[in-house]
Amino acid sequence: MSLKKYLFKRIITMFIVLMVTLLITIALVGSNMDSILKQGVSIQVRTEITDNPTIAKSFSSVTEFDFFIQTQIAQRIKIMGLDEPWYSPQRIGLSMYKILFLDFGHATFLTSDSGSSDVKEIILEKLPRTILLFTTATIIVSVIGIFLGTLAGSKIGSKTDRVTSSFAIISSSFPVWWIGMLMIFLFSFTYQIFPARATPLIPFTDPNYIGSLLYHMTLPLITIVMIGFGSWAYLVRNFIVDIVQEDFIFAKKTIGINQKKIIYKHALKNAAPPIITVLALSLSGSLGGAIITEAVFDWPGMGRLYFEAITVMDLPVIIGATYILTVFFLISIFVADLLYGYFDPRVRTEQ
Amino acid sequence: MTSITLKEIIKEFSKNRIGIAGIIILSILIFTSIMVAIFIPIDTFKEWNNPEKWISYPKVSVPVWINLFLNEKIPEHKILDNPNINNYRINDLSIISHRFGIDFEYDFFPSDFIYEFTSKYSESPLLEINVMRPDGIQLKLYSTSMPITNSYSNHNERVFSTDELIRKNLYLQSNKFEFSLINLSSQDIIFSKTGINEPLKGKYIFLIKMYGNNEANQITYSKMIIGGKAFGIMGTDELRRDLAVGILYGTPLALFIGLVVALASVIMGLLYGAYAGYKGKKTDEGMMRFNDVLYALPALPFLIILSVTISNSIFVMVGFLMIFGWVGVAKIARSMSLQIKIKGFVEAANMMGQKDRKIVLRHILPQLLPYAFASIAISVPAAITTEAGLSFLGLGDPSFPTWGQILHDANVYGASARGLWWWIIPPGIMIAITGLAFVFIGNTLEVIVNPKLKR
Repeated sequence: MSLKKYLFKRIITMFIVLMVTLLITIALVGSNMDSILKQGVSIQVRTEITDNPTIAKSFSSVTEFDFFIQTQIAQRIKIMGLDEPWYSPQRIGLSMYKILFLDFGHATFLTSDSGSSDVKEIILEKLPRTILLFTTATIIVSVIGIFLGTLAGSKIGSKTDRVTSSFAIISSSFPVWWIGMLMIFLFSFTYQIFPARATPLIPFTDPNYIGSLLYHMTLPLITIVMIGFGSWAYLVRNFIVDIVQEDFIFAKKTIGINQKKIIYKHALKNAAPPIITVLALSLSGSLGGAIITEAVFDWPGMGRLYFEAITVMDLPVIIGATYILTVFFLISIFVADLLYGYFDPRVRTEQ
Repeated sequence: MTSITLKEIIKEFSKNRIGIAGIIILSILIFTSIMVAIFIPIDTFKEWNNPEKWISYPKVSVPVWINLFLNEKIPEHKILDNPNINNYRINDLSIISHRFGIDFEYDFFPSDFIYEFTSKYSESPLLEINVMRPDGIQLKLYSTSMPITNSYSNHNERVFSTDELIRKNLYLQSNKFEFSLINLSSQDIIFSKTGINEPLKGKYIFLIKMYGNNEANQITYSKMIIGGKAFGIMGTDELRRDLAVGILYGTPLALFIGLVVALASVIMGLLYGAYAGYKGKKTDEGMMRFNDVLYALPALPFLIILSVTISNSIFVMVGFLMIFGWVGVAKIARSMSLQIKIKGFVEAANMMGQKDRKIVLRHILPQLLPYAFASIAISVPAAITTEAGLSFLGLGDPSFPTWGQILHDANVYGASARGLWWWIIPPGIMIAITGLAFVFIGNTLEVIVNPKLKR
């Protein structure tokens, strides 16, 4: 199969996944969304009428007035297309088309820090913070992991290897959010070094905001790194161990090239494709995992936004956030696959 | 891939120390679950969210054993419901006396005390509460005539330490103390040394007497609660619940969730993957594309939406976890099935005209079984942590005290920022230990099944 055809097929699959995700999300929240929107319309109509007393005065009886309100509401609902059920093809088609081009509408309850209720703006405000925290964490984790993993993998059975491997297995058994609670207990309660809530208290326009954000970021960052680097190191160690057992490394050893050079130059180079793939995957995976971690530390990013949206059932935000998360997830799977193919020519020929 | 018999697996397994450790931990957990099921009545966990049940327990109290490490002992919360009963008559007067003894060996005053009783009487007997202190002083706390009734009937009452009558009675006896009793709570006076206001250690006896004319008068239920800040082996939470009950009940729940999800998703994945791999061509292509779609769905956001919109019942959640669990297994089962189907015995069976279903079930699946065991063991921790995570976000089934649920409550009440470590540490440790047991077993099995990993 040619690369073009392969790419084409992957992009089609990705698109289908995106559509399926959207469809499922809309199907799950659609009926709730309708009733909320309809309520919104009737509230809007009523407030408009109460704001304008001349309309009320022009009616002679209460029933006539009520009838006027009802027809007004019905009209609005019709204009918005809400008279058809949410599962009618036009409505699903329309909302999917809108969402596809990032038009998520307005949030019902939540607002951004700057006060806007436009879902796109809310997401654009939260997303960079999540990326800041989790991307930084992933990069630190991978650097430590690669270094430690290579060290462990080059001396199988050594003390370093055994400590790294057992730390990896044990640390990955603890939920990150639980370690987060412990860290808050240790560093906010016992030793009051870091704040328990990661949301900066100063307003977002303050020039010190960035500094404060970074300070509040320290505790979650340490937690994620602490829990994450073990399994990274273990993964890299296993890749290295696999490669060290290959013939060409033995050949190099017999020639007499020194061990360090073999490991860092040849073995690590050959382990690069899977490592880069895992890096690409975990960069996006971290966004999904952010939901619980951000809830623990109260970090004002996408994860907490998602959680808040779920608790108050703010459907446009839920749909928007799910869409963005899925897009990120898909892109990174795609990139990971491409990178793997690029670094490891065997994959290409096998396809 | 080589096929391994069950016997060989057991033999290899018994040589592996980590595997054995996993088995031992798992056995302890299973044993705990069985004990819990036998000894803690099932109604207890149904009562988990019923505040009525926990009313006589203390709020956020530390585990009792913490006193072993402290120089100044924290008073234990004591629920005394086994009084020394003595009924007698003097002339026409019938006297019912209930005595509660308490060894008070702590360095802080109790937080309160409550006497709770049900009595059956007629007319209006007199109720009197006195306390005998270790230094021999007797304090009169309470004496009141009970509500008058003409018929012989039941009466429930709780006498609290904050009762005005107790305080007034204590002020009347202020000559026994060398310090001012003003603004001191009644427990701070009763348990105090006479010289200075410090706890007096020793044996206290609370004496409850009911004087009446009717011989049939009785106290049918009698309970003395000395409020403290330490309770049970695990302490209690903000809602006064005994955390030991929650942690213990979490064990069978976690094992149930983990095992059911892992078992069902591995079986589903195996069947799906093996069939797709065996059939090949268009069927394979189609089935694997569907698999790809599911694989690419972000699991956690979807689980969250599902639990919010459909149901957060624990049984439905198990089903949701399965939907996302089988996908990875199917991928691997397919590639293994691809290797097996070109082997002689499968081709022979095919040539003899056996049905596809039979070939997959009889010839391909048995070859995958060792791998299946390993992946069941490895998928258990993921299922448990995912469920715990969802519960932690408050999206789990609130009627069951799972470990995630307990941690959710802890987070809601700000346990970590308030330093309530006994509320946070045990559930997390339990999650990790359970996960580790399965990881140990799974890794050992994997090494046996796939000898290339052995090094």
